[in-house]
Amino acid sequence: MPQKLDYLKETASQTAGPYVHIGLAPGAAGFDIYERELGWDIAGPNAGGERIRVEGVVIDGTGSPVKDVLLEAWQANAEGVYAHPEHEGQVEEGFRGWGRVITDFETGEWGFDTVKPGPVMGRNGRMMAPHINLWIVARGVNVGLNTRIYFSDEAEANAADPVMGLVEWEVRRQTLVAERAERDGKVVYRFDIRLQGDGETVFFDV
Amino acid sequence: MTKPAEYYQRDREWHPPALAQGYKTSVARSPRYSLISLEQSASEITGPVFGHNDIDPGDNDLLTNYAQAGESPIGERIIVHGRVLDENARPVPNTLVEIWQANAGGRYRHKKDMYLAPIDPNFGGCGRTLSDENGYYFFRTVKPGAYPWRNWVNNWRPAHIHISVFGSSFSQRLITQMYFEGDPLIAKCPIVQTIPDPAAIDQLIAPLDLNATIPLDTIAYKFDIVLRGRRSTLFENRLEGN
Repeated sequence: MPQKLDYLKETASQTAGPYVHIGLAPGAAGFDIYERELGWDIAGPNAGGERIRVEGVVIDGTGSPVKDVLLEAWQANAEGVYAHPEHEGQVEEGFRGWGRVITDFETGEWGFDTVKPGPVMGRNGRMMAPHINLWIVARGVNVGLNTRIYFSDEAEANAADPVMGLVEWEVRRQTLVAERAERDGKVVYRFDIRLQGDGETVFFDV
Repeated sequence: MTKPAEYYQRDREWHPPALAQGYKTSVARSPRYSLISLEQSASEITGPVFGHNDIDPGDNDLLTNYAQAGESPIGERIIVHGRVLDENARPVPNTLVEIWQANAGGRYRHKKDMYLAPIDPNFGGCGRTLSDENGYYFFRTVKPGAYPWRNWVNNWRPAHIHISVFGSSFSQRLITQMYFEGDPLIAKCPIVQTIPDPAAIDQLIAPLDLNATIPLDTIAYKFDIVLRGRRSTLFENRLEGN
């Protein structure tokens, strides 16, 4: 017998369940307990760049909206810098780059206000198109799902994006692109997520 | 541009699969296409950083954080404590740990929970804390009760506490559930049984910890959480090593 590798094993994931709001968004569960709920303000007041809203619904394999989802966003600022000590560069004071939203119990709609991220350097010196990393948990989802939101007005950068290029089926790349529109003078990107079936969103093993 | 040090690949045969027939809700909520595998970039090896300004010191005490002054929730008073480690057994310091749970009767304080067991007026059911410089964390709470749910007609969840952990990067993000040693419902639960490997299930079961129990006050369970390890950078670009 060879020596044993002595790595620990990662704690296995379990579903967040239908009452995830109690822990991560207690106000939505129906009670206030914390002075500050986390994740409501991604960019803060000082962030430069274009103010945008991103919104959508999560749809299951039957075509129905999923009404008990929690989504977390992780993004760079408009200069392409992450608010993390390992990423070179400065972010504006109050820019966290992380947000947490839940879907409406009646409609399944979710949305968050932020700034449009700048491009970030990827591997091997290849620039990544502007994107927001998204993590999705819900009842019935055993391991959180990772995907990315790209932007429809960045067609050229998207075409050169190294991660987008890993999606072998060009027809599926479009599931990662949020559609830009204007509403009441505000820029809104629509990003519907299809968990299963026709137009299934691309999910990543990161 | 330096090459980022990646986190170890997730063992997807250790974690539950997306589709697990016995857990019915997973059937329509699991992708049918394979995941696309990424070599990690800055987007994956960075993640949100939290500090003591984000939370209050009493947020980890569920015996008091929703109780009226001078009152306590009903139930078995417990301490849940342990360390957040990575797969290299190194502590993960200053990371946000959040928990939520039902009360002693298995009732959640959530407007969608209609179970007939009553709400406890002194129990909210959520807590959060930051691990210390050694990765150590603890909560005080009451032991949650078992809870019926609509899956098969007679399914009951084992007593469990939901746990959310961030780690140092977005790729380490994890939500799991902690179970209690000796609970006969663990083996019967379709959510537990989504996990294929019995050893992975054992890792979710907190043992009774009499050494950490406070006599005549609070009984203790120990629960270590393991997040993904990180590749040594020695072979890549940081010759100074780990």
